Amino acid sequence: MDWSAFRVSIALGLWTLLLLVPPSLLLSRWLAWRRFPGRALVEAAVAVPLVLPPTVLGFYLLEGVGADTTLGRAYRAVTGGELVFSFEGLVLASVLFNLPFAVQPMQRAFEAVPRGVREAAVTCGLSAWRAFWRVELPLAWPGLLSAVVLVFAHTLGEFGVVLMVGGNIPGETRTLSIAIYDRVQAFDEPAAARMSLFLLVVSVAAIAATVRLGRGAWRDVSRRARRGGS
Amino acid sequence: MSGLRARLRQERPMPLDVAFHCRPGEVLALVGPSGSGKSSILRAVAGLMPLARGRIECDGEVWLDSLHGRFLPARRRRVGMVFQDYALFPHLSALDNVAEALTDRPRAQRRARAGEWLERVHLKGLERRRPAEMSGGQRQRVALARALAREPAVLLLDEPFSAVDRATRERLYLELAELRRELAMPVVLVTHDMGEAALLADRMYIVHEGRGLQAGSPEELLLRPASALVARLVGHRNLHPGRILGPSATPGRVVVDWRGIHLEAAAASGIPGQGVDWLIPEGVVQLMRRQGPPRRRWENVLPGRVAEAVTLGDAVTACVLVRDEPSRRIRMRLSLHAARRNRLAAGERVEISLPPEAIHVMPSGGR
Repeated sequence: MDWSAFRVSIALGLWTLLLLVPPSLLLSRWLAWRRFPGRALVEAAVAVPLVLPPTVLGFYLLEGVGADTTLGRAYRAVTGGELVFSFEGLVLASVLFNLPFAVQPMQRAFEAVPRGVREAAVTCGLSAWRAFWRVELPLAWPGLLSAVVLVFAHTLGEFGVVLMVGGNIPGETRTLSIAIYDRVQAFDEPAAARMSLFLLVVSVAAIAATVRLGRGAWRDVSRRARRGGS
Repeated sequence: MSGLRARLRQERPMPLDVAFHCRPGEVLALVGPSGSGKSSILRAVAGLMPLARGRIECDGEVWLDSLHGRFLPARRRRVGMVFQDYALFPHLSALDNVAEALTDRPRAQRRARAGEWLERVHLKGLERRRPAEMSGGQRQRVALARALAREPAVLLLDEPFSAVDRATRERLYLELAELRRELAMPVVLVTHDMGEAALLADRMYIVHEGRGLQAGSPEELLLRPASALVARLVGHRNLHPGRILGPSATPGRVVVDWRGIHLEAAAASGIPGQGVDWLIPEGVVQLMRRQGPPRRRWENVLPGRVAEAVTLGDAVTACVLVRDEPSRRIRMRLSLHAARRNRLAAGERVEISLPPEAIHVMPSGGR
């Protein structure tokens, strides 16, 4: 097991979540409840990473934020660091690439909150903040949590974008999936097998968790409905 | 001016043109068929729906004034609203549902106060239940307690009885009637059920396709609708076109021509030749008894044939074709007992009488 790659992967997952979740909450809530011209366009733009080859996204990131680009120079001027072949660049790529994995489940979750219930919060005089914490968040919770799980698992497994933007720098940009590739290239199959098994377990656990969250929410509702009767 | 006063207008997305007021302690029913815009009116008053033009004033506070660009956001309007499906917070207990409406009070007081409200709507002991663990009637009571807990300036009820069964509904009517005597705020009730409105409201406002047609007491609207459209909306089925022939020999009456039949009708005035619509409530049409008193004591006596007679519980609704003419249909309702005694049945020949004072004449063109 390449522990430094493990640490990079975990750090990348956590940073991605930290940076991706707050704007995704806002964006998904906005897409779920607001009707405005161009909404379909925004939804389509969010979904693009689902079908875009990771290498294409990586290529444009290299072109867009490379050391010699305006953005790259501006980033260096402010932070002294680089956005390509660095951990920061990996996080940026991961955030962009994971946008649909966060926004889409969150949007579905917010859409499932009945309009009447949201309006009742308003007519009860709840502030927007309190309505969010007390009503919207608890009702959308399973969907939001499964978005978080999906994004984390997806980040651990990402390969193409990471290789394009980050390269393979031990301790900096070499993630678990890159390390597996690296070990296979070096004919170190036992190491590749251990890391592969680990990622397999994480992936299966993530999917099981999201399925369970989804079904759990449903079972909860139907159980309450049954008990309610009339 | 205390109470609620609203004037609302818009063209899109659905036309709306209404003006009404509701005094403190008064129950005003907005009545109309589904899709007539009643709920939109309520939503506009609550501030949940933006409105192009209008003015809403409640308890001396201006909530909306499009002329002066004033719009008070929904959460700052002191509104208590009961939604059609109650819209309770499904993840919170009955007590917490009510307590959420008390966030302007100190935290320590909220739950105690919420408990008092639940007790007031007869839900003591069910504080910890979640909405899904309660019956429709209990949910409605939680919604009512939540709406009242804020001590709102106006109580808005959007079809509050449509989601419960009939027996529960009757019980909730009584409870609301009882509760409203203690309420000092204006109450606006939206319903498509004429009977419900007549039972609970002091005044009704008939709404059709977003337009306010007529306001008045239930009795006024039932007996003296302003137009054939209002008459139809409040449920009249004996509604016919006619023409004024002139004043009757009896003062305070006119003679109306109904496809060749002359009817005496109570009406202060009428221009001879004027086209009118007239109606008579089903319950006041008289069936002439077969061996009854002499005919001259009755007025507007018409012969006809019973086209159908339907028994519903202890009443019979019959449709009589006057002079066997399918276009001259008069519906009447009488007790099962009276119908049996007079052998009222489909195909039978009968004579009916339309009491002139029960005939209401309206200018035509309002359909």
